[in-house]
Amino acid sequence: MKIGIVLRPALIVLLLALVLRPAWFAPVFAPLAPANGPVIYERASLLSLSLSHLGLVAAATAAATLVAVTLAILVTRPSGAAFRPLSRTIANMGQTFPPVAVLALAVPVLGFGSGPTLVALFLYGLLPIFENAITALSTLPPATMEAARGIGLNRWQKLMRVELPLALPVILTGIRLSVVIALGTATIGSTVAARTLGEVIIAGLLTNNTAYVLQGGLIVGLFAVLIYDALVQLEAHLARRVGG
Amino acid sequence: MIEIDRITKTYDGVHAVDSVTMTVETGTITIIVGTSGSGKTTLLRMINRLEEPSSGEVRINGESTLATKPHLLRRRIGYAIQGHGLFPHHSVARNIGAVPELLNWPKDKISARVDELLTLFSMDPVAFRDRYPAELSGGQQQRVGVARALASRPDLLLMDEPFGALDPIIRSRAQDDLRRIQQRLGSTIMLVTHDMDEAIRLGDRVAVMDGGKLVQYATPAEIISQPATGFVADMVGDVERPLRLLSLIPVSEVVEDGAAEGGALPAGASLRDALAACLWTGRTAVPVAHDDAVVGRVTLDAIRARAELHA
Ligand SMILES: Nc1ncnc2c1ncn2[C@@H]1O[C@H](COP(=O)(O)OP(=O)(O)OP(=O)(O)O)[C@@H](O)[C@H]1O
Ligand SMILES: [Mg+2]
Repeated sequence: MKIGIVLRPALIVLLLALVLRPAWFAPVFAPLAPANGPVIYERASLLSLSLSHLGLVAAATAAATLVAVTLAILVTRPSGAAFRPLSRTIANMGQTFPPVAVLALAVPVLGFGSGPTLVALFLYGLLPIFENAITALSTLPPATMEAARGIGLNRWQKLMRVELPLALPVILTGIRLSVVIALGTATIGSTVAARTLGEVIIAGLLTNNTAYVLQGGLIVGLFAVLIYDALVQLEAHLARRVGG
Repeated sequence: MIEIDRITKTYDGVHAVDSVTMTVETGTITIIVGTSGSGKTTLLRMINRLEEPSSGEVRINGESTLATKPHLLRRRIGYAIQGHGLFPHHSVARNIGAVPELLNWPKDKISARVDELLTLFSMDPVAFRDRYPAELSGGQQQRVGVARALASRPDLLLMDEPFGALDPIIRSRAQDDLRRIQQRLGSTIMLVTHDMDEAIRLGDRVAVMDGGKLVQYATPAEIISQPATGFVADMVGDVERPLRLLSLIPVSEVVEDGAAEGGALPAGASLRDALAACLWTGRTAVPVAHDDAVVGRVTLDAIRARAELHA
């Protein structure tokens, strides 16, 4: 806990510096760059790459959340229970498909750019959210559910006022897993011309410039750690509310 | 008036409730007793249609419960569940105000009602209204659960072992509170318990269930003095029968003129209390007082004579 109080702001400052003032780090990365080669990535602003990277992740996760939670709600109703095994199989398939293959298949259809990456991130994000939402919605306290019906909530009111709020912390855990997977996976998007921080890493790999690779990797990693941490805090806060 | 008409619930060929017929008068407390698994909860849940009967029907004031949409029916019927079932993500106030909120009461009326109910159940509104259920003791949770059932002043209240988690002192106070509230509002209450003492103490009528069947439906005095089956007799308990009977009779029924030694009993006390007072202090009579003025006495002979009437 105490460590977090010091570490969290420190990591935020480090991340901001890496993104906004990359030149400060030239002395640090210089030994890793090839002789006489560039040390700091300057072909595009790191800030705009970061924002575009995060934007892709946010859009894909939002879409995955919407679809996964809706699906989970449907298959946890008595009338939808029959579709539960099938929907799980489909979500699992999304997960087993390698992201590179998704990109390769999506490019002919969607062309180069953000499209294929969005599709890959979306498919990858579905499963953890879907699984967690199903677990959360099917393990709610029975006495509370009975009371919800007993006081006269209709199905919609019961869902919105009781089930979803109580399931939220566990659903959020699924979203957190998805976001972290997506932050990493998005880097591959650069191979099909999506604007992400993967651009920096791939440029480094192509020119044997370890400084680039490290710079890109560090920024992605820090985003992942900080966003993960923020979501953990949010979950803990919500779980306390739910009477954990 | 609630008419339960040959209602049956079958799970996988087994009758959880087996053709139960009974009529509950408006403004009375009916207690359903029986051992675990005898179908009490199932019977209760069929009244507000949390469970649909396999056959038979329930009529409230002549109207079949099938005529109303289930969730609208339930808003009119208070329901306190076995094991409170509070909403863990809502404050005590929001839990209690849940039904009034559904019925679109104005906010200030809801919060006044919440405070009134908390006070009624001896919980300080200021200290408790903004707490979450996890921050309450088991007994407090249960009282909030009962308060939620009472909140909209429903004409009919269904209660499934509402006092199960309360210690004996709070329990008997909660029972007295319920009696008082019921008398003031004239509500009809059906309450499930497996505690015969509670049944006799609270019930205008007692329904005894055994294996899904209603084996006796009568006043507490009849249940004690004329148990219909061996099972009912067992529930009442041979040894306890005379004492349970005496506990139903107020001293005012046998009070006579004359003086007696020692501390007085209030007129509302039962013959069981009077007997205990005699035995404990070695007296053959105790004075009876009404509002601090002694109005007569109860003798041991009178108590014995009253008990023998039923033998
Ligand atoms: N949903 C269900 N599916 C199958 N059987 C059930 C179901 N609900 C209740 N039963 C069975 O019906 C019988 C009556 O159950 P019920 O809950 O009404 O008993 P009860 O008298 O309330 O018992 P307790 O005092 O333990 O609460 C039991 O044998 C129980 O196992
Ligand atoms: Mg029960």
